[in-house]
Amino acid sequence: MLCESCKERDAVVYVTRIENDGVTQHHLCEKCAAAQGVETTIATPKHPLGEFLQAVQQQGSAASAAADTIRCSFCNGSMADFRETGRWGCARCYTNFEAAIRDLLRRVQGSHRHVGRPYQAPMGEHMEQAALLGELKDRLRRAIEAEQFEVAADLRDRIRGLE
Amino acid sequence: MTLDLSLLPDGGVGWLDASGQHSDIVLSTRIRLARNVDGYAFTARARDGERLRVLAQIRDAVRGGSTGMADAVLYRLDEMEPTGRALLHERHLVSKELAGLDAQHPLRSGAAVFLTDRTGLMVNEEDHMRLQSLRSGFALHEAFASIDQLDRELGERLPYSHHPEFGFLTACPTNVGTGMRASVLIHLPGLVLTKEIGKVLASLQQMGLTYRGLYGEGSEVVGNFFQISNQTTLGRSEEELLDQLHRVVGHVVEREAEARRVLVRDAGYIIEDKLWRAFGTLRYARSLTFDEAMNYLSGVRLAVGLKLIGAVSVYTLNKLLIFSQAAHLAHAEGRALTESETNLARARYVRTTLDEEAGPVG
Repeated sequence: MLCESCKERDAVVYVTRIENDGVTQHHLCEKCAAAQGVETTIATPKHPLGEFLQAVQQQGSAASAAADTIRCSFCNGSMADFRETGRWGCARCYTNFEAAIRDLLRRVQGSHRHVGRPYQAPMGEHMEQAALLGELKDRLRRAIEAEQFEVAADLRDRIRGLE
Repeated sequence: MTLDLSLLPDGGVGWLDASGQHSDIVLSTRIRLARNVDGYAFTARARDGERLRVLAQIRDAVRGGSTGMADAVLYRLDEMEPTGRALLHERHLVSKELAGLDAQHPLRSGAAVFLTDRTGLMVNEEDHMRLQSLRSGFALHEAFASIDQLDRELGERLPYSHHPEFGFLTACPTNVGTGMRASVLIHLPGLVLTKEIGKVLASLQQMGLTYRGLYGEGSEVVGNFFQISNQTTLGRSEEELLDQLHRVVGHVVEREAEARRVLVRDAGYIIEDKLWRAFGTLRYARSLTFDEAMNYLSGVRLAVGLKLIGAVSVYTLNKLLIFSQAAHLAHAEGRALTESETNLARARYVRTTLDEEAGPVG
């Protein structure tokens, strides 16, 4: 339903007025409701991220609904999805919505710059070796449990070689 | 799959042993790090198959490691019946969300936890990985040292999602950066009774800290237990966040001790009467709700701290907090219990435990 005042935005505030002649109902958007002096609690959603989401909402209205249609190239999530859940869909969202996120982190966390421990992700070859080692150790455990000691000895040699 | 807790070296509750610093006031210290594995959508947006692949990749990294985690027990929550999941949650070993006990978050495929002595790794929680370290008493730096070592090792075996400016990336923006939430579970009956608690809690927020109830986010404060933790995770290093929390909690511990002195000085016999009544109720009651039990146990804990009651150890009180919860009682009885049966079983369990320790009542 559209706001009956501006006829542009969705009506989210339902005002019931009791006047001399009886009861009237009005359906308004947040902005028009505020302009008419109606205080709402909508602006602070019941959510652990209340303030944060409110900030996104304000930003969203300023940057127009067009920004909402941009989707993350990896997980297909949008700003609208974030507003609904308070969660990003994937790590790539942080790059795709970088400017908005930087601004929001500043508000919520008081900073947007990580100064904690630095991190360098492992390289490909090393990763494969680590995965292989994990797999071999898992097989070794199973072999020992199944009392297949010859297999276990063989696996142990391969693990030693890799380590 | 039924839950076999005997696989855990100490039932997963070694952190309750009351061996740590200030253990009459601080029950435990917990530090968790949120991490995600690069190349997958975050848990809530990932498909079932992706979550299972995330679990497999994490399992390989854990099993291939050299830290104590390599021999950790793996519990697949997605293959476990509800009582088992509730049991792990009541022991503070998994979150409500991971256990699928939260109406908003049904059980997910790939939901699992690796557990070993005082260290856990939840898989497919809100983030792919939630590493956590638990310690008895007030032991922030010790808990961090242990989890940091595990984190560094797993980070060499798995590519974590990381951004040069924002740090470790998490599903919720309130965790991004260090991904670290350090919290101290603290018992503050003195501050509650002297009505100083409001001021203390308000000042926490000015210091960039926050508080929650016994079971973390969204849980109510019962039995005068508060979890104090860092509010922000970005813009300060892990050490700075820990130092700040350490300083403030140290101060809160002093304020609590002072409040207890004031209570004894100004209202000695009233307090004494109140605490003995709590002890009496626990020793004689035939039915106890969870909240009642928590509140009376809080009274007895205070009495033990004030050395009014000497026959009960803090360790026993800690165990009572965990083992008198609904899923534990059902587990002990070997069947599902109605609410009134739970209350009866709880009173019986508390009574017998106290009898064993303090000798039978007349």
